[in-house]
Amino acid sequence: MIYDVVILGGGPAGLAAAVEAKKESAENVLILERDRELGGILNQCIHNGFGLHTFNEELTGPEYAEHYINQVIELGIPYFLDTMVLDMVDQGDLKVIHVINEKEGYMAIQTKAVILTMGCRERPSGAIGIPGYRPSGVFTAGTVQRFVNMEGYMPGKEVVILGSGDIGLIMARRMTLEGAHVQAVCELMPYSNGLVRNIVQCLDDYDIPLKLSHTITFIHGKDRLEGVTVAKVDDHLKVIPGTEEFIPCDTLLLSVGLIPENEITRNAGVEMDSRTNGSVVGELRQTSMPGVFACGNVVHVHDLVDFVSEEAVLAGKGAAKYLKGQLDTNITFTTLNGDGISYVVPQKVSLKNVEEKVTFYMRVRQVFKDKVVNAYIGETLIATKKEKKLLPAEMVNFKIAKNILAQYPAGEIRFVIEEAKK
Amino acid sequence: MKKNMTCIVCPIGCQLTVEPKNDGTFEVTGNGCKRGPKYAYAEMTNPTRMIPTTVVIKNAMLPRLPVKTAQPIPKGQIFDAMAAINQVVVEAPIKTGDVVLKNLLGLGIDVVSTRTMNKC
Repeated sequence: MIYDVVILGGGPAGLAAAVEAKKESAENVLILERDRELGGILNQCIHNGFGLHTFNEELTGPEYAEHYINQVIELGIPYFLDTMVLDMVDQGDLKVIHVINEKEGYMAIQTKAVILTMGCRERPSGAIGIPGYRPSGVFTAGTVQRFVNMEGYMPGKEVVILGSGDIGLIMARRMTLEGAHVQAVCELMPYSNGLVRNIVQCLDDYDIPLKLSHTITFIHGKDRLEGVTVAKVDDHLKVIPGTEEFIPCDTLLLSVGLIPENEITRNAGVEMDSRTNGSVVGELRQTSMPGVFACGNVVHVHDLVDFVSEEAVLAGKGAAKYLKGQLDTNITFTTLNGDGISYVVPQKVSLKNVEEKVTFYMRVRQVFKDKVVNAYIGETLIATKKEKKLLPAEMVNFKIAKNILAQYPAGEIRFVIEEAKK
Repeated sequence: MKKNMTCIVCPIGCQLTVEPKNDGTFEVTGNGCKRGPKYAYAEMTNPTRMIPTTVVIKNAMLPRLPVKTAQPIPKGQIFDAMAAINQVVVEAPIKTGDVVLKNLLGLGIDVVSTRTMNKC
């Protein structure tokens, strides 16, 4: 059998992409999931705050996932669980997905289109190289989230958290509610990497100190973690001697960033973007390889699942258009991250494929107040987005209407942070 | 007594200073818009929070079932609520929205399941 669309990953991006592709008349859609159930990371994100943009209500992660899982079931979209994708090979009009699972063993699945939705994984302790010992008790925040919320294990009682990403903040509250004592959240940067509402409701509510411009300089303990040395850093992120402080603890959680999981993408030879660590994508999330699409955290790390779902709808539409031979491959615009912007997605736009507007997702490099994001083609200012405050933790959504873009010749759209005009 | 808080109505996160006045009202400064004083008033008089947590589930694929309070509960009763919810043990199958604990702490608010778990 030759599938129309095979989706690599049954998390929020994969579910929404599958539903959209099927609704847009792709017939044989298949979801491949390596875990024992669909839903991905949402299953362990039991806190509320999901779906404010999509459903106008505050759902928990499992509720948000179930909404899409139910649609997958209603539409009769098949899925393989406990199934690991080993490789994707491009054979022109057909792609071959090599997979393995316990029941069927090894399989080579043929498909016309592929949507990559593998998500991301946490930066581990090895990636940040903290000096000291390597005792048990050092975890990534997401691992502990799974232990506590799904498996029912509490990994410790006295906790220090390094990094103020959202998972770290959420876990500070979760560990506190389950009876642990969280001593502090240390953040290397002078600002938090989490959403404001998480700082208030996860740290301030429980009087957990957020130590900005602080890092961990030593891990103590040979078998089990006994404590960490915490020190202040200067403007160049270098440790200030004499500011070291020993904090006793049995558990250290790391919330120090997420990396899109793109081994399959790279092996297949899809063009990558070093700014996002994801693939280069177009307005319908088409990659450089015809018939291969990508969406969600495997393209760029999102802070809200609502925008993952939004992006997945684009990829689902894109795959359906490709199958019908209606996907335009002429690139009208490329995008560039100018001053103050660290990346822009999509990196390419084929205007013929756009219905009403293009939403450009981007992140700023630092905290900006009373600035605007301006979009230029050549020297011409084509659109402006005003924000009172721009934070690296909050993705900027910059929408530009098709009829505005259509007024300009093909070229490069450059996004820059500039002073607001009075 | 003066109190400092971060407004979370929108992502700007204005630093509010709230000062109670003799007539029972509050003077709010530092807010960028008129939603700030409203948020501050609720936080000063009746702060509430949703409590998402887990309970023990038997005969399911996993040993824990995620649950939440059906409505926000008073912030001061969070730890009492956790102690009560942690006593709950349920049996699969459970559907999203099933009540796992009725009338939490006599507040008239139920604790409900936030996912479906089949028997296995």
